[in-house]
Amino acid sequence: MRTTAPRRRVILAGLALASSVALLSACGTSSGSEGSGEEATSLGEMEGSVSILAWPGYVEDGTNDPTVDWVTPFEEETGCEVTSKSYGTSDEAFSLMKTGDYDVVAASGDASLRLVAAGDVAPVNTDLLKNYDGIFDFLKMQSWNSVDGVSYGIPHGYGANLLMYNTDVFPDGLTSWSAVFDDASANAGKVTAYDSPIYIADAAVYLMAHKPELGITNPYALDETQLAAAVDLLKAQRANIGEYWSDYLKEIQAFETGDSVVGTTWQVIQNSVTTGNTEVVLPEEGATGWSDTWMISSTAKSPNCAYAWLDYIASPEANAQATAYFGEAPSSQAACDFRDDCETYHAGDADYAAQIWYWSTPIAECLDGRTDVTCTDYSQWTTAWSEIKG
Amino acid sequence: MTSTPTTARAGDSLKESPARKVSVFLSQHARVRLGLLLSAPLFWLGLVYIAALAALLITAFWTVDSFTGQVQTTWTLDNIITVLTGSLYQTVTLRTVGVALLVTIVDILVALPIAFFMAKVASPRLQRILVIAVLMPLWASYLVKVYAWRSVLSQGGIAEWIAQPFGGSSPGYGLPATIITLAYLWLPYVILPIYAGLERVPNSLLEASSDLGAKTWRTLGSVVLPMLWPAIIAGSIFSFSLSLGDYITVNIVGGANQLLGNLVYTNVGAANNLPLAAAIALIPIAIMIVYLTAARRTGALNNL
Repeated sequence: MRTTAPRRRVILAGLALASSVALLSACGTSSGSEGSGEEATSLGEMEGSVSILAWPGYVEDGTNDPTVDWVTPFEEETGCEVTSKSYGTSDEAFSLMKTGDYDVVAASGDASLRLVAAGDVAPVNTDLLKNYDGIFDFLKMQSWNSVDGVSYGIPHGYGANLLMYNTDVFPDGLTSWSAVFDDASANAGKVTAYDSPIYIADAAVYLMAHKPELGITNPYALDETQLAAAVDLLKAQRANIGEYWSDYLKEIQAFETGDSVVGTTWQVIQNSVTTGNTEVVLPEEGATGWSDTWMISSTAKSPNCAYAWLDYIASPEANAQATAYFGEAPSSQAACDFRDDCETYHAGDADYAAQIWYWSTPIAECLDGRTDVTCTDYSQWTTAWSEIKG
Repeated sequence: MTSTPTTARAGDSLKESPARKVSVFLSQHARVRLGLLLSAPLFWLGLVYIAALAALLITAFWTVDSFTGQVQTTWTLDNIITVLTGSLYQTVTLRTVGVALLVTIVDILVALPIAFFMAKVASPRLQRILVIAVLMPLWASYLVKVYAWRSVLSQGGIAEWIAQPFGGSSPGYGLPATIITLAYLWLPYVILPIYAGLERVPNSLLEASSDLGAKTWRTLGSVVLPMLWPAIIAGSIFSFSLSLGDYITVNIVGGANQLLGNLVYTNVGAANNLPLAAAIALIPIAIMIVYLTAARRTGALNNL
């Protein structure tokens, strides 16, 4: 009799454990790909709220700066109350979209295709967006915002990842990325870089100019040898890195205190540094950059408000405000009427836009059209990035 | 006499009421009573604690589709092998254990004199004030404290300002900064068990030791320390395990360094590779099991 009780208890505990594991694992792997949905054909009533996932500075309602607010007019116009969350890297956006909590996302090219492939975003019927017509033609139906001729969103703005430097350390200015690669040791411990596997492409852009024998024609299409060369370059750079940044506030602070003196940056960071001793430049090698797309979640709870936001944020005035605040080129010529710095960003200059290597997800099928080799995909880049950081 | 039937009837009707029936049933069945009492907390423990750990273990044997990011439930040992053989994971594990050990040592060295003063020297009034002072940092947010250290250690920060007259400089961002910050964060968790342990050392033993001619250090080494050892181990469990899993501090003040927590975070957040993250998360679990088994031998777990 004594032995049966504990045995029964063990069996019961085992059953409880097994059932809760089954429950949890069932939750963990429910696939999202069935829910990709059809594009809307007409719009219904506004739902009263919309939740937006975007890069910092894309959805400003005046809380950061009372004079910077393009959300309130939208809320008043449509009755859709906006809740927003900002993210630091495309990877973060990609995993946040998996929660299904967001109706709208502003995705860069290194996230957009993955979102489409994972079924997290729905096709967007651009006929329902009256501001779509005004958008620059070279931004429409590109490889990062459409798949097989189906549009998955509306372009927002584009820009380049710039080189920022401290003018006290570099009084003569800089023109080349070599300051963060081959000559980085001059400022060992004070070099900074973007903390994401996609930064490998920045090294590839540098190698395109300085090691032509590697034959890199697209920084997102690297075969094993080319990736190894980029990784070696970044490992050498790692010795001189003070810190990596993905939180843009951290980089602002690091440049203000002088803990970082040179590194990759966004225009919005330069705009936010208050000490006035930093400068940005688009180096001669060219740069990586982004072209962002507003996309709608395939499980959006408020699809009508989501369409309303897409249309609103593409309207010349709102687009001008948002892109000017972030420091990037707007998506339409009409937006330039509301901005005085369109020339700086070469807005509408298709040739200039073509020189930026827009973020794009590296995949095994080479993006540069090579068929004799397999390219390294994003998971290999991620592994490589962890190894570079060591 | 006339009232007796009434009370009896009242008692009958009470017995009839459903609540009464339930309570009678429960008082007769002790097992059911216990089961009802414990089922809710046990369900919580089972689901949140054990099942979450089990799910983690299972996820480590799955794989992920690199492009769509969906977890695929095909069984594979690849993740475990990668984590065990990859030089990256070995380096980072060593670094993490090193940081956790140093944080623990720093914390114990700082906590011992403070706890001794609190328990044996300070007046009861001062004692209370000191306990509050030790607990005070816990009132502030973790992030606020770490960002405060970021500005303390930055260029031209307070650390540099203090060190400069002595010819030193701020350690800057890096592993030393991480160790300093973590040691600061977990200090209350180390002071309190040691303080509680010292309170249990009777003053009479210290007096007896000095009556027998032992000097201060001999008393500390032969009387206090052996009795305090379990309390020190208990405190070290907190600082060691908390440091082992931390990734925010090293992200903010650690410069370009990464610890195990960062690898887990990158794999969940950036790489969206939950299975590999789960496999990496098994490393600190394994280390903690070894540590706790060793600690159990000292009897420190009875002291928590």
